Amino acid sequence: MKSIDLFLSPLSASGRWLGAVFLVAMLLLPYWGSSYVMTVATTVFYLALVGQSWNLMLGFAGLLSIGHALFVGVGAYSSAYLFSAIGLPPAIGVVPAVALSVLIGLLIGYLGFRFAIGGVYFALLTIAFAEFVRIVVDHVPWLGATEGFFLKVSAADRYGIDLANLRGAPEMYYYLIMALALGALVLCRYLLRSRLGYYWQAIRDDPEAAEALGVNLLRYKMYAVAISSGMAGVAGVFYAFYQNSLFPEIVFNIERSIEVTLGSIVGGVGTLFGPIFGTFILTPLGELVTEGIDLLKHWRVIDPETKLDGLKLLVWSFIVVLIVLFKPTGLWPWVCDRLRLTRPGAEG
Amino acid sequence: MAALLRVDGVSKSFRGLLALNDVSFDVAERGIAALIGPNGAGKTTLFNVIAGVFRPDRGTVCLGDADITGRRPDRICHAGIGRTFQLVKPFAQMTVLENVTVAALHGVRGVTEAKAAARGFLELLELDTRAGQHAANLTLPDRKRLEVARALATGPRLLLLDEVMAGLRPSETDRMVATLRRLRDETGLTILLIEHVMRAVMALSERITVLHHGEKISEGAPERIVRDPAVLECYLGDQEL
Repeated sequence: MKSIDLFLSPLSASGRWLGAVFLVAMLLLPYWGSSYVMTVATTVFYLALVGQSWNLMLGFAGLLSIGHALFVGVGAYSSAYLFSAIGLPPAIGVVPAVALSVLIGLLIGYLGFRFAIGGVYFALLTIAFAEFVRIVVDHVPWLGATEGFFLKVSAADRYGIDLANLRGAPEMYYYLIMALALGALVLCRYLLRSRLGYYWQAIRDDPEAAEALGVNLLRYKMYAVAISSGMAGVAGVFYAFYQNSLFPEIVFNIERSIEVTLGSIVGGVGTLFGPIFGTFILTPLGELVTEGIDLLKHWRVIDPETKLDGLKLLVWSFIVVLIVLFKPTGLWPWVCDRLRLTRPGAEG
Repeated sequence: MAALLRVDGVSKSFRGLLALNDVSFDVAERGIAALIGPNGAGKTTLFNVIAGVFRPDRGTVCLGDADITGRRPDRICHAGIGRTFQLVKPFAQMTVLENVTVAALHGVRGVTEAKAAARGFLELLELDTRAGQHAANLTLPDRKRLEVARALATGPRLLLLDEVMAGLRPSETDRMVATLRRLRDETGLTILLIEHVMRAVMALSERITVLHHGEKISEGAPERIVRDPAVLECYLGDQEL
């Protein structure tokens, strides 16, 4: 029981109730939501998972990555390739796929930290690597190059549950990604309360002071990058077998890297629930915008020929600007405070 | 008594500007020594050389039998030197207790143990009532105390204190002096302090080293130092004028 208590302790009574209602609603979603709502919810948990991984680096350890699409993409491509080429089921393929993500993360980390490339310059390094891999994959024929890499799906694959091969009904994907996202949350909570978490926060707040107190900066930053890229790699494996098609232009696009940061920024960088909370606001909102436009076109309020593809991003950007201006610490701490979801002095 | 810290012939220059010129001095085991001198004398630079922030151009720093010259700061911390920063460096988004816990984590098994140890150091520095506050919200004197608590929590043999009395009221200074003296007597800690508050320097230190323009100009017992013409000159100017 101790681990559960550790997880729930800072929540107030109302926080626990709200959390429980939320959890039950999400667990029962396949029974009350349409297949469209299921798709959106799957995307939300997927982005929450990647967001959690990104938040671990910036929010906990103070390391800004704008190349998280790289770790996701490496996980996706390697598990998909191993499945197609040698029939390795993703349940096993996830191990080498995540290992490769971690390895690339460690390489970037080592180059950055060893040569003291800090802050924004480290972020540029992560972008550079993501772009580099995108261009490489663009030219690798056995990964489909620009034509894309496809996983075979038969009609029968759309039913049942085959977790080993990640084949089954939409409900399976939904519950899987939900479990992964909540698992990431529990992991982060555990890490934050461990030696690693203390050292990461110290490095984030003041690296020089942390080092003077005996913290090996290189080692603990490397741990952060390794765990973060590993989590993103797991998300990538899910992505590959959920989408069944991978295009370098989409998977490694810098837009993907930025997309995963938005939830955390809106929810609250450095908080545990921020990434999930933020994506729960942004993704449905983006869908509403897209649906709203379709509806307006349908009713001929706006000309159906008008191209408004970028509007979702515009709305998101606007929200991020508002957050940065008025609630720079994110919405989650503010909501916690307002609704008294956490006990005084504790952070969710 | 044997020297715990031996600084031998240390020189350090920045872009041609000589910050430390052939500085040598010892700090005796269980001793309390002070490093004084006018602004820009090189005191903090010398601290940073000892603590591993700067590698000296020449000279060596030894702690006990170990040559620690040019080691990384975290290694030097593990070797047994705890230091504070003149310009305080709290972990602003962490609580006061968490700040000290980070330091106490070295050498213990887990967070629970480190937290318990950290509480002890907070009590010692009269910060226990602030334990749950974010370090960003502390007053300057409390931040100075936090620096000391953190440095102590690393379990050092030698404590380097860089102007921790600045901003304290005289009564608070006296309490801090008493605390440090008690620590030395009870735990055998060795202390080297940079200080401008002469009340504290005179009350605490058994030996004073005076730096001026990066050079050691005097050294000895406090009573001798305050009468040394060379020291008076560097602080007050030439008496002939």
